[in-house]
Amino acid sequence: MLISLFGAVESGAIYAIMALGVYLSFRVLNFPDLTVDGSFVTGAGITGMLIVNGMSPITATLVGAFAGFIAGCITGILHTKGKINALLAGILMMIALYSINLRFMGQPTVSMLNETTIVNQIQSFWSPAIDSALNSIFIGADRVPTTWAILIIMTIVTLAIKFMLDFFLKTEVGLAIRATGDNQKMIRSLSANTNFLIIIGIGLSNGLVALSGALVAQHGGFANLNMGIGMIVIGLASVIIGEALFGKKTIARVTLAVIGGAIIYRVVITLALRVDFLESSDLKLITAVLVIAALVTPKILQSRREKKRRLAKRAALMERKGREASA
Amino acid sequence: MLNIHDVSLTFNEGTPDEKIALDDINLELQKGEFVTVIGSNGAGKSTLMNVISGSLIPDVGDVLIDDQNVVHLPEYKRSKMVGRVFQDPMAGTAPSMTIEENLAMAYSRDKKRRLVPGVSKKRKDHFRDYLDTLNLGLEDRLNAKVGLLSGGERQALSLLMATFTEPKILLLDEHTAALDPSRAELITKITGDVVSKFGLTTMMVTHNMQQALDLGDRLFMMDKGQIIFDVKGEEKQNLIIKDLLDEFQRIRGEQIASDKAILG
Ligand SMILES: Nc1ncnc2c1ncn2[C@@H]1O[C@H](COP(=O)(O)OP(=O)(O)OP(=O)(O)O)[C@@H](O)[C@H]1O
Ligand SMILES: [Mg+2]
Repeated sequence: MLISLFGAVESGAIYAIMALGVYLSFRVLNFPDLTVDGSFVTGAGITGMLIVNGMSPITATLVGAFAGFIAGCITGILHTKGKINALLAGILMMIALYSINLRFMGQPTVSMLNETTIVNQIQSFWSPAIDSALNSIFIGADRVPTTWAILIIMTIVTLAIKFMLDFFLKTEVGLAIRATGDNQKMIRSLSANTNFLIIIGIGLSNGLVALSGALVAQHGGFANLNMGIGMIVIGLASVIIGEALFGKKTIARVTLAVIGGAIIYRVVITLALRVDFLESSDLKLITAVLVIAALVTPKILQSRREKKRRLAKRAALMERKGREASA
Repeated sequence: MLNIHDVSLTFNEGTPDEKIALDDINLELQKGEFVTVIGSNGAGKSTLMNVISGSLIPDVGDVLIDDQNVVHLPEYKRSKMVGRVFQDPMAGTAPSMTIEENLAMAYSRDKKRRLVPGVSKKRKDHFRDYLDTLNLGLEDRLNAKVGLLSGGERQALSLLMATFTEPKILLLDEHTAALDPSRAELITKITGDVVSKFGLTTMMVTHNMQQALDLGDRLFMMDKGQIIFDVKGEEKQNLIIKDLLDEFQRIRGEQIASDKAILG
């Protein structure tokens, strides 16, 4: 139990980078980008291929992320220059990437089990003393995590990306990107090239997605052509759950919420799969239910609160009237 | 400063919906001139504004700003030189962003946008001073989301955002039309103040004839895609509403039931 929850948090921290990418397209740019399912695999596949061919894992990961950036830029170009509807542009890019990814990978699965990856590089740098110190917190647990290295390093990486994103969205360029998602007509009248901003924004979004894909592949030890299926839904689920639980007052708050959402999504899925009558094929259904719950619950709570408030006001009014009548 | 030569624009040419929106427009504005534009619905006032700002490209004709032909310059490039305030108070600001962020975006209008924070301490003080001139108390609400402001407050903010980088041309398209009378009066006053403070070359469309007479030093009357009447200077200062109605009747040979029916 403890071990599987630990694993859930660990992969949640990695998938959070993908969720931040989805946040950038869906929320900031208001662009429903479905490229994600493809660009996630692009990152995983290209990085996997390069590692198998002997490239250093860090360089390979960066190249994978850059390939995702290019894919996103193409989606952006299809939408802005080609005037193709945003959803369709993303879908077209997604299916095109399926073939392109297979070309790069050469076969549907690229195994990295015998290769040096970022993950085992991190582990070899890690001091086991930290592990035993941290594991001593769990005295009495029958099994303890073998290493904290991945969790801690990945959390640091994800947070670093979060802070960079926070900073970027407050720069002059970042403000213009946010305004492009908010009021395109206005920011164009303030001399911003909205087409360029959309292309760059969707590029960055898919760069993050591909980076996440590259890390997930190294974490799992393989890249698979189908590992991206449904990724966009997981990303959206993370964004929506995060916003519902942690709020979205400021940029820094939302990006933190998105990371939280990604981790909670993994934890909930892990817990759900331990329930006896649920099977791993029910995963998609569980995801759908989770997203619906995250969307609907805040609304229900809000209208409850409103109702209560109105009832209280009404009671106060009645009481005042009653007092006036008796006076 | 602004020259328009032989500009014509027809919508849906060759279809039953064909509409000549601009019919061979020629005009010249001097630096610092403030023109008010009146005319009935569909006269082509907004189309003219859109041609100047670059959101529409005319079928023929040239638009020159400072002797540079900008007719094929895309809107986002031209807007370095052209400030706009729209009729809809929602249109000129980004609602989910704060007042200071909106101002920062306007501040970058005539500069290259960089990867440095848009709102710095120094700029904040700057913004506060600018907002102070509006007398709406917005200077104390720099971190408020613009979506929370009233229509009048937003329009005042839009006006400030359109003007404080001192664009070569300022275009105002019925920017007080969506406001209640007292707010409209306030925005009208602020408009007069900022235009004269920065000496901006301005074109303002309005359906309010009194406003058209009170503000500015030149007046255009448009009808059916043409500028049918153009007065400036002393002659304009002495105009009254009745003169405008008489003038319309003289030129068009049509009876006007009331100023509301045709111009209002
Ligand atoms: N995008 C468009 N497509 C087709 N016709 C248009 C378009 N924009 C404007 N028109 C037509 O061109 C004519 C001029 O429109 P314009 O908006 O310039 O009028 P206006 O003088 O601003 O009127 P109003 O006072 O109602 O704002 C109108 O008949 C209008 O129907
Ligand atoms: Mg109009």
